Order: sequence, then C-alpha cells, then structure tokens
Amino acid sequence: MAVLETTDLTIRFGGLTAVSKFNISLEEGELVGLIGPNGAGKTTAFNMLTGVYQPSEGAITFCDAALCSAVKALQPFQITRRGIARTFQNIRLFKELSVLDNVKIAYHQNVKYGLLSAFLHTARYQAEEVEIEEKALELLKIFALDTKKAEKAKNLPYGEQRRLEVARALATNPKLLLLDEPAAGMNPQETQQLMDLINFIRKQFSLTILLIEHDMALVMGVCERIYVLDYGKVIAHGTPAEIRRNPKVIEAYLGEESASA
Amino acid sequence: MTISQQILQQLVNGISLGSVYALMALGYTMVYGIIKLINFAHGEVFMIGAFVGFFSITKLGMGFFPAMFTAMIFCAILGILMERLAYRPLRNAHRMAALMTAVGLSMLFQNLALAHSWIGASAKGFPQVFPLQRFQLMENVNISSDRILTLVIAIFLMIALQFIVHKTIMGKAMRAVSFDKDAARLMGINVDKTISFTFALGSSLAAAAGVLFALNYGIVVYQMGLLPGLKAFVAAVLGGIGIIPGAMVGGLLLGITESAVSAAGGSMFRDAVAFAALIIMLLVKPTGLFGKNVREKV
Amino acid sequence: MNKRFSAILQFMLFLAMGYAVQMAMDAGMINRYYSHVMTVMAIFVVGAVSLNLINGICGQFSLGHAGFMAVGAYTSAIITKNPDLILPAMFTGNVRFVLATLLGGMMAAFVGFLVGLPSLRLRGDYLAIVTLGFGEIIRILLLNWDFVGGASGYFGLVRHTNFFAAFLLSLITITIIRNFIDSSHGRACISIREDEIAAETMGVPTTRYKVIAFVIASFFAGTAGSMMAHLTQMVTPASFTFILSIELLLMVVLGGLGSITGSIGAAIFLTYAAEALRAFRAYRMILYSLLLIFIMLFRPKGLLGTQELSYGLLKESFKLRARWQRKKKDGITASAE
Repeated sequence: MAVLETTDLTIRFGGLTAVSKFNISLEEGELVGLIGPNGAGKTTAFNMLTGVYQPSEGAITFCDAALCSAVKALQPFQITRRGIARTFQNIRLFKELSVLDNVKIAYHQNVKYGLLSAFLHTARYQAEEVEIEEKALELLKIFALDTKKAEKAKNLPYGEQRRLEVARALATNPKLLLLDEPAAGMNPQETQQLMDLINFIRKQFSLTILLIEHDMALVMGVCERIYVLDYGKVIAHGTPAEIRRNPKVIEAYLGEESASA
Repeated sequence: MTISQQILQQLVNGISLGSVYALMALGYTMVYGIIKLINFAHGEVFMIGAFVGFFSITKLGMGFFPAMFTAMIFCAILGILMERLAYRPLRNAHRMAALMTAVGLSMLFQNLALAHSWIGASAKGFPQVFPLQRFQLMENVNISSDRILTLVIAIFLMIALQFIVHKTIMGKAMRAVSFDKDAARLMGINVDKTISFTFALGSSLAAAAGVLFALNYGIVVYQMGLLPGLKAFVAAVLGGIGIIPGAMVGGLLLGITESAVSAAGGSMFRDAVAFAALIIMLLVKPTGLFGKNVREKV
Repeated sequence: MNKRFSAILQFMLFLAMGYAVQMAMDAGMINRYYSHVMTVMAIFVVGAVSLNLINGICGQFSLGHAGFMAVGAYTSAIITKNPDLILPAMFTGNVRFVLATLLGGMMAAFVGFLVGLPSLRLRGDYLAIVTLGFGEIIRILLLNWDFVGGASGYFGLVRHTNFFAAFLLSLITITIIRNFIDSSHGRACISIREDEIAAETMGVPTTRYKVIAFVIASFFAGTAGSMMAHLTQMVTPASFTFILSIELLLMVVLGGLGSITGSIGAAIFLTYAAEALRAFRAYRMILYSLLLIFIMLFRPKGLLGTQELSYGLLKESFKLRARWQRKKKDGITASAE
C-alpha cells in the first residue's frame, strides 16, 4: 500500500513554474531519497507536501486520504496531525525556548485537557503534563539530548540542533517523516552517527522517510530508492545503482563529477 | 437634484479627497514594500508637512507653491532622519521592535506638536490662499477651485513618482531592493541610500498631502494626522500593500466610498467606513486588489 | 498535588494581604489619595498583564487595548446604572456589579473575537492597524451614542470598586494568565511568537491560538474597564483613548515582552510615576514616547526581556556575580604570578 502518492503536483510563482508534474509514490517503511541540483525544487516539493505552499495543480494522497486536491487543501497543522512531520533546511527551532519545551510543543496535538483545566491547573492538567514530560524526556534520551533539556535551543552546537529538530518532528508521532538536508553542515563522523540514528528510529517508530540530501555517498548508501529532480521535474527514479548509471542524472547532477573523473 | 447628479457630485468630491489619501498611501506602500514596516509616524509627517506649509505662509509670507515645496523638503529631511536614527538600527531586530518604535515616533511627534508654543492644542485656520471659486460642471454638479488644484497637484506628483520609480537609476534601485535586499546589495546597489531615498520620497508626498488637506478643509491641528493616516493605510491595503499603482487606486476608491457614505446621511459613520473596508478586504482578499499571493520563504 | 496545594496557599496568602490593606484603608491608616492610587495600580496591572499575553507571549501586536477596556466599562456601566436592563432587577448592589463586570469582560471578549479573527488569520502586522482603527471607531461611536451620554459621558455610577476588589481581580488575572502560559495551550502561543511556520508544522493551529490569546486578553481588559468605571464613577469616550493603549504598551515593554512579573512591576511603577509627575503633565507623553523608542532601540525585547523576576533569579544573579568576582580575583592573582 502506498503511504504517500502525489499526482501531477505543480506549483507556479508568478510566471515561474518551480515544480511541474511531480509524481512520487512511497511504500510503507521505505527510506527514499530526493536529490537534485540546487534550485531544482526539492524544498518547494516538501513545502507542498506539508501544506506550507498550496500547489497550483495536482493532488496529494496520504494513507488513502486526500490531503490536497483541486477541491480542498489542508492547513499545515492538519497535515501534521494526519501524520506527516518534517525538519527544515535552515533549522527552525524555537530558539529562545528550552530543549525540553521544543519537544513538548510538538506533543500539543495529543493534549486533551481544555482551556479551563489550563487556567486552573486541575488534576487532569497535572496528570497530562507529567505524561508529556515523561514522553519528551524519553525521546530526548534516544537522541542523547536529555542531559541538555534545560538549555536554550539556540545554545546547542549545530549538530545537536539538527538532532533536536528530528526529535521534535518525531514527537508529533508521524507515519511519514520528511527530512530536509539533515546532515547539512555536519562532519563525516556526525553524518554517520545521524544516519545510524535515522535507521534506528525508522525501525523503532515504523516510519516511512523521505530525505533530501546533498551528500551523495550518504544518499546512495542508505536510501532504497531515489527520485531525481531537475528544473522542477522528476527526471529519473530507481534504486541507487540504477540512478548511478542513468545518463540523464549524470548529465544533470553528476555531470561535472563524472567529467572530472 | 436628481440621483444621478448627486452621484456625480459625490464622485467629484470623492476623487479630490481620494487623491489626498492616495498621495499619503504611496508613502506607506513604498516604505512597506522596501523594509516591510508599517510606518505609524507617516500620519504625523503629514501633520508636520501641513504645519510647515501653514507657517511658511503665515509667518514667512510665502506663496502657496513655495510653501508646499518647503514643506516637502522639510519632511523629506525628516523622513531621512527618522529612518537613519530610529529604524535603521532595528532593521535586523525583531519585527515588533521596529513597529513599536514607529508607534513611539508617532506619539512623540504628536506630543511635541502639542507642547510647542506655535502649535498647541487648538485648531488653526489655514488661510484661503486662492480666491474660492466654484465651477459648474453640469446642472447641480460643482467643483471648487481648491479641489481642482488638489487634484491637479496630486496627479502631477503621482506622474512624477512613476517617472522616478520607472525611469531613473534610483527608482530601479528601489525596485531591486524591495524585490530582494541581499541580491541588490550583491549587485552593488547601496541599500542604505536607497532606503533613505524611499523615506524621503514618501515623506515629501505626505507633506504635499498635508498641505493640500489643510487647504481643502481650512484647518490645521496637531491630531490631524491620525485619521487620515489610518485611512491612507487602509487605501494602501486595498490596493495591495507594496504596490504603487495599488495605493493610487485604493486612495481614490476610499475617497469616493467615504463621500458617498457621508452623502447618504451617514456622516457620523464616515470615519468607520475605512475601517469596515479594511476588515472586509482582510476577509476577502488580504493581498489587496492588485496583490499577488506571495508566501514567506521557508 | 503538592504543587497545587502550595499554589492555592500562595493565592490565599496574597488574598489575605490584600484584605489587610483594605482594612487599613477603611480604618483610615492609609489616606484616600494613596488608596485611590493603589487601586488604580491594581487595575493597570490587569491591563498590562493581559496585554502582555498578546504582545509578549503570543508575539502579536495590539494597539487597541484601551478600546476593549472601554467596551467593558460601558457595558458594565449600562448594567449597574439601569436596574432592570440586561440583568434582572433581582441582582442589586455589589452582586450586580460583579456580574456586570463579568458581562463587561465577556462583551469585550466577543468584540475581541470579531476584531481579531480577520486580522489574526494573516501573518504580518495587520492586527496593529486594525486594533488602532478599532480604538478610534469605538471612540467615535460612543461620542455619537446619546443613550450613554455622548461626548459628555456616562455619569453618576455607584462607587463599587475598592482596593480589595481591584486587587482580587488582578490576582485572578495573574493566576489565570500565568497558569495558561504554563500549559500546553500557552506553549502553543509561545511557539507562535518564536516561529510561526515551525509552530504550524508542529501541529499548532496558529490562527486559533492567536485568537484565543486575543480573546482572553480582551476579556480581562473589559473587566479592568468595568473596575475603572466604578472607581471613577463615570465613563467618557475620553477615558479610554489611544494614549491609554500606549501607556499599557509601555508597561509591557518596560517590564519585558513576555515577563508577567515585569508587567506587574512596570504597571505599578508607571502609575506611580504618572502621579509623581503630575506637575509635568504636558511633557508626560513626550517622555513616554521617548522611553518607548529608546527601550526598543537598545533592548528590543523590553527592559527585562522574557525573564521572570523571582527569588530564584535573584539567587542566580548573586551566584553569577560571586563567580565573576572570584574569577576577577583569580585573574589578578594569576597575572601577579
């Protein structure tokens, strides 16, 4: 069963077609890569999938339910609640808040107590807050951030900020996780650790993952399938081995590299 | 007086009032377009312009046009100083900081005017510089000489602005900076100078609007910037904030609607019209009549 | 449970303190002038803390808080002055006043909903201009409404407000808003301030929470308006102008955007300052606007930032200072070697 399926997803900004006829399909439990040169439209595609941008044309189906079609488009928070979470290319943590609060906010959708309980701090509030805190700490432990729970997010080193963003996304309890260049700015060792972590949470939380990444070795190493985007169009998809041999991809993306090799 | 004559008369009144709003709305829209700030002090620049014009005529004995020119120059300098001292230091700070500073400036100008011995709390009569004449356009439809003058000057200034924005180097720089500040800087455009210039231009238009407003209504008072400022902002939103032709159309539209409402017997609600228009616009098409849907870069 | 118990105990303690002060006032130990000023302080605490919820906690920008106070003031004044209007005549005296205050708050909240919804749906600064316009429109409508006295105002209200009433209201406001902030709903509001797009992608319905914060704040502004009306025994369209909104804004900024304790302190300080500077009334607003500008230029998050004042903070800062001094000493000895 396809977890996510898009049909002819297209978005135009004024006269510019940023992404055109974007078709992908993700099976449950897959780890799929989305690659392409700078400005190919990868992040724009993510923004459409999460409802930040509304596509000009096309439809998105998630777990057999329409997220976006010609008839209606869901708001980003509704899409998150259906089970798609994401991280951002240029980290968007709640910088001034503590590491713990960053994760707690992502649990928001599961909170059942109402405003009145919040005003009066009722027993129900107490019980749920304790539960949220426990869950958040558990998650932070997996990401080895539990010792830094009281730090302000902006004071974490870069690599830990990236990890915190993934942890925060996981707190929304997603079925599908979209990672926008999670390893950007990391050294090879950190990247390797991150990839091990991604593989671990994928199994632990039975996730489907779609990943944008520039680090070729990494993408080829971990992804089961890869889509290649260039000038807003999917020019190829297949297993890493197929992609590596695809002349179109070599021309569009690996061109320089193969020429110099 | 038939209905159609009445409508025409209100159209005439509305266009002349609207041209004043339009001049002011241009300042809001240009500043918003270039640094994404609602310059709350814009209404006070309008007030100060009106007073500089007033004192140039009454204390210095200038003619109307030199007085208006003086007001425009004075406010252009004021605009540059305002940007340089109050807004530039906050360009990279939180959005709200600049907004609050703008509110602070607006209050400061208003209260300085109030405390100034030349201005004070009471309204002053603006001299009738030109002998008032009424021209009959057709039966029961009149226009006064002041209104014609207002309209002519407003149109002249708007054409001049279009020329500056589209045909000069500085105008090209303005458009580039409002499109993408960082890219403009990389292309060798002096962003600071361009923003200063935008403030000067917008403020001088507000000054002209202030003098014309005073001429039409015959009074100057320290609070005169508040409501016209608010309405000019609404005009800018109606046309699509950041879009120059939008501000012109929005201003005219608001002027006409307001005249029509006060003619229909709702003069008490005249001031509420702009507010209602703003709410409706925000509900229906927040980007304004000419606005394109642009989303924040993520 | 323990935490809750101590919170209730704390509330009771403050309540008893307020009551003691009121008794001292009744006994004439605090003169009428000071009693009046202290009551006004308590009312402004309600105004400033509630405005902080919008401007400081939620990161939106309202310029019309006085307008909502006006709505509450007029609504409650109409109820207490007309014995059989809106509320049945069986409610009289202080009971009627309390109910009228609640209804005043609810009316303000309702108007806040109508004003907030169209402008809070959008990103950007529309709320500022819409609330500014709203304040003006309310003033114009009241000027033209003969039933409540038009420009000359609504006179002859019974003086229901005393220090204890105002103090109780401020205590309730502070408790509820503080509790709200320290809940998942409040965290949702804070996340909007920090990064609206990220908040939305974390499943926070941003528009809903902005409106909720705005409506809660409007409610408390309305109750503060009612308190003020029944203290001064009159309401006029000039009681709640843009200038009052700016004063409240200055309290929030002075105390730090997002700091509840800061707002409380600033409200008390500025009310006191306004009284002390009565002789310089003409220059007061010049001073206030300069203060607003300079705070923004040099401390864009407000004088105290989001930091809450507490015993713990005090201790921290002493510790820091001690450490700093030790370091300095070490530095000196190190350089001496």
